[in-house]
Amino acid sequence: MNTYDLIFYLFAAVTILSALMVVTHKNIVHSAFYLLFTFFGVAGLYVLLAADFIAIVQLIVYVGGILILLLFGVMLTNKITNVEIRTGTINLVPAVIGVGLFAGALLASVVNSPWKIKNPEHTVPTTKLLGTLLLQEYLLIFELLGIVLLIALIGAASIARK
Amino acid sequence: MTVGLTHFLIVSTLLFSMGLYAIITRKNAIMVLMGIELILNSANINFVAFSRFGNFGYSGQLVALFVIVLAAAEAAIALAIVLNIYKNLSTVNVDEIDNLRD
Amino acid sequence: MHESSLINISLFILFLPLLGFVITLLLGKKVKSIYIFENLIIIITFLSSVYLLFSKLSYFRTEKINAELEWFGFNNIINGTTLSINLGFMIDNITAIMLFVVALISMLVHLYSIEYMKGDERYNRYFAYLGIFTFSMNGIVLTNNILMMYIFWELVGLSSYLLIGFWFEKKTAADAGKKAFIVNRIGDIGMFAGILILFFTYNTFSFDKIFSSIGSGILPFNSDFWLTITGVLLFCGAIGKSAQFPLHVWLPDAMEGPTPVSALIHAATMVAAGVYLVVRIFGLLTADAMLFIGIIGMLSAFIPATIALTQNDIKKVLAYSTVSQLGYMIMALGIGAYQFAFFHLVTHAFFKAALFLGSGSVIHAMHHEQDIQKMGGLRKKMPLTYWTFIISSLAISGIPLTSGFLSKDGIIASSLAFSDLTGHYLFPIFSLVVAFLTAFYMFRLIIITFHGKPKDEHKFEHAHESPFLMVMPLVVLATLSIFIWYTPNPINSEQGWFLSKWIEKPVLHTPDKTRFDFMKMGNIESNLSHSYIESEVYKEAMHHSHLSAMILSGLVAVLGIFLAFTVYQWKKIDADKIAKSINPLYKFSFNKWYFDEIYNKTFVALTIGLSRVLAWFDNKIIDGIVNGSAFLTKHFSFFIGNFDKYVIDGIVNFTAYFNGFAGLIVRRIQTGKVQSYLALVIFSIVILLFIFK
Repeated sequence: MNTYDLIFYLFAAVTILSALMVVTHKNIVHSAFYLLFTFFGVAGLYVLLAADFIAIVQLIVYVGGILILLLFGVMLTNKITNVEIRTGTINLVPAVIGVGLFAGALLASVVNSPWKIKNPEHTVPTTKLLGTLLLQEYLLIFELLGIVLLIALIGAASIARK
Repeated sequence: MTVGLTHFLIVSTLLFSMGLYAIITRKNAIMVLMGIELILNSANINFVAFSRFGNFGYSGQLVALFVIVLAAAEAAIALAIVLNIYKNLSTVNVDEIDNLRD
Repeated sequence: MHESSLINISLFILFLPLLGFVITLLLGKKVKSIYIFENLIIIITFLSSVYLLFSKLSYFRTEKINAELEWFGFNNIINGTTLSINLGFMIDNITAIMLFVVALISMLVHLYSIEYMKGDERYNRYFAYLGIFTFSMNGIVLTNNILMMYIFWELVGLSSYLLIGFWFEKKTAADAGKKAFIVNRIGDIGMFAGILILFFTYNTFSFDKIFSSIGSGILPFNSDFWLTITGVLLFCGAIGKSAQFPLHVWLPDAMEGPTPVSALIHAATMVAAGVYLVVRIFGLLTADAMLFIGIIGMLSAFIPATIALTQNDIKKVLAYSTVSQLGYMIMALGIGAYQFAFFHLVTHAFFKAALFLGSGSVIHAMHHEQDIQKMGGLRKKMPLTYWTFIISSLAISGIPLTSGFLSKDGIIASSLAFSDLTGHYLFPIFSLVVAFLTAFYMFRLIIITFHGKPKDEHKFEHAHESPFLMVMPLVVLATLSIFIWYTPNPINSEQGWFLSKWIEKPVLHTPDKTRFDFMKMGNIESNLSHSYIESEVYKEAMHHSHLSAMILSGLVAVLGIFLAFTVYQWKKIDADKIAKSINPLYKFSFNKWYFDEIYNKTFVALTIGLSRVLAWFDNKIIDGIVNGSAFLTKHFSFFIGNFDKYVIDGIVNFTAYFNGFAGLIVRRIQTGKVQSYLALVIFSIVILLFIFK
């Protein structure tokens, strides 16, 4: 077991455990904060996968943007003065059974599939590579995505203002 | 056993299952959104992992990037909708919102 | 002048009276003077027919003009043959002459009726009927196929029914109409069967095509016998329509109709149709068929002549004389005197119309008195009627210088020649006897009606000459009974234009072995248009018999007239005494040979009996079956109804209930909660994963 593996297990554990807390914790504010750890863990995994740019974006967008957005949502929709900022659960038993079976099936197929694996290349900084790809091969998608984002934000503002 | 593709996939699978669990069980709409974020993250892990171990160059990372952008857009829209629902129905509990039934 | 213009004129002539009929019938009740329109139409028709006759005879004298269009057709009837049923016209000289005769007499009858029918409550309808009568007869004359002829044939039957029963308030008139119609139908059945045989054999109705097929040796059922049968069956139609023995009984009864109608029926339209039919089908008659026709004609000439001797109703005498003269024509056709038969048809049309219209004039003057025993002495009161009557009677008796002499003499000469050639000597004997009888009873009629002293003073005082519109037709028709219209030579008609130029010579198409010996073509058979009357044998026989026929026929006619004068004018012989001395014969004749009684006792009684049996059968058996089936149906329906109610409806209701129940259960799944749906989706995916692993 080398350092790489060790770091992987560490990040994997952080990710999964915090995610578990997210989905099981009764207090929604706590959940949101556990989610922060999950995103960190995932970012760490990205680093391990030699995706440095993605990891940074993950931190900036998720932690800096989405999570804050979610927290705002929590604040706006729950009476903050009320101590009980908790949310109940429903469908517990069928959800556990169903998701358990589903997860089992997925895991089984993941483990048993004969993946064609290429040995990882030498790790290089990816920012420049991705930038080139983005403005050459994926230019159209990039532009469209920008438009989609713009429309989505305008739409969000419009819906929320109503 | 060295850490390889399978490990990452297992992590993403677990993350996916928990997201699914959150979506199904939690009453609060914000929690449902969190579940969705988890699922998106698990998908992203898959993309990046395949990009690393598969034979697809850096396209996987790019798609992950796109997914992050879309997730941002989705979160914005979804929160706007949740706020709207809260304004109209005074609740964000998904189980109480069953207008679809009628 | 083109052929098509002749066709157009003939179409015009055909449909104009129909137009008159429709308009007069429709407007008859509203517009009182619509009859003037009908009369105008018939005058135009007449003028057109004159024009047609003139142009046909001057420009197309030797041509036969055909025009045809397909009425409807079938493909692939039998073995891929196509079948088309055509409507068509044929105009030859006979058609043109016949059209002229029909139109002329119809017009005169129309004009005459204006006066005669004055005051009748259905005045306009009467003219409408005359219109359709003319239309139907024109159709018969113009057609080129036997199907159309049959159609118009029935139309003639219908219109005669309407006109004979015109005064249907009178029971006798209504009965007479029915009788005419039914008796005609009997003959028509035969004709219809004949048409069917022809169509079955030749797949066509056209006369020309049938003749050419016969000429090329195709026979019905491949036998001469069936050809004979076909001819006889077709002739049955003529027996009915032309009132030949034994179906002549309707004609005297038809006197119940208005007198101008009798003139029309007897002279030009209805009864002439039968003779015209035989003229048209002459080409397919075999020797046997011709002999049959000749014998029927002979009997029809003789029997009514004997009946006419004793009748006292002025119209009945004329009616029997018509049957007798028609018998003459039919007999002439039977013995091959084709041209003389048609000639006699034309001349007879004129003088018989004159006689009938004359009798109408008398009846009109005598305030609808028809019994000649109550007349007498009318000569001075009605000179024009009297003289035209005399001329027409001379013509019908066959006195030289009249048209009747020409045609009758021709027929007698032909019968003599025929007996020379074949040995059937009864034909000339009977024709001479009939000629004698005709002369006798016609002049008996004249003497009793016009000569002597008036029997009914009161009516005599009021008698007067008829108005112009009634006398004018008499004069015209009497004029047409003079020889000069037909031939320049008053004693020999054969050189005249009528026979030598106008009427086509008869052509037979039957196989040689089925003909009379003298009609056989022998080695010149290839020339199908060659007529037997141009053969040396026949010419010689005619030449031989010509003189003797002329002398004999003139002699018997004069003898008949002389006898009539002796008995009724000079009273040298007491008629009553003779009648008593031969009482059974007198009674026999007076009662018309008991034909009606025999028919009543046999056919009518049989039919009624059969009808009773059938009625009983209908009432008991058929109705029983019907009622029984109704009963069964009703109960069956009841059963079905219950089955429907409980079983079928039960199933349907059960389905509905089941669905409702299932819905009740399943609707629980439809919570409207997104998360429940998602959970179900997950379950479903898991299940699918396990299934399709």
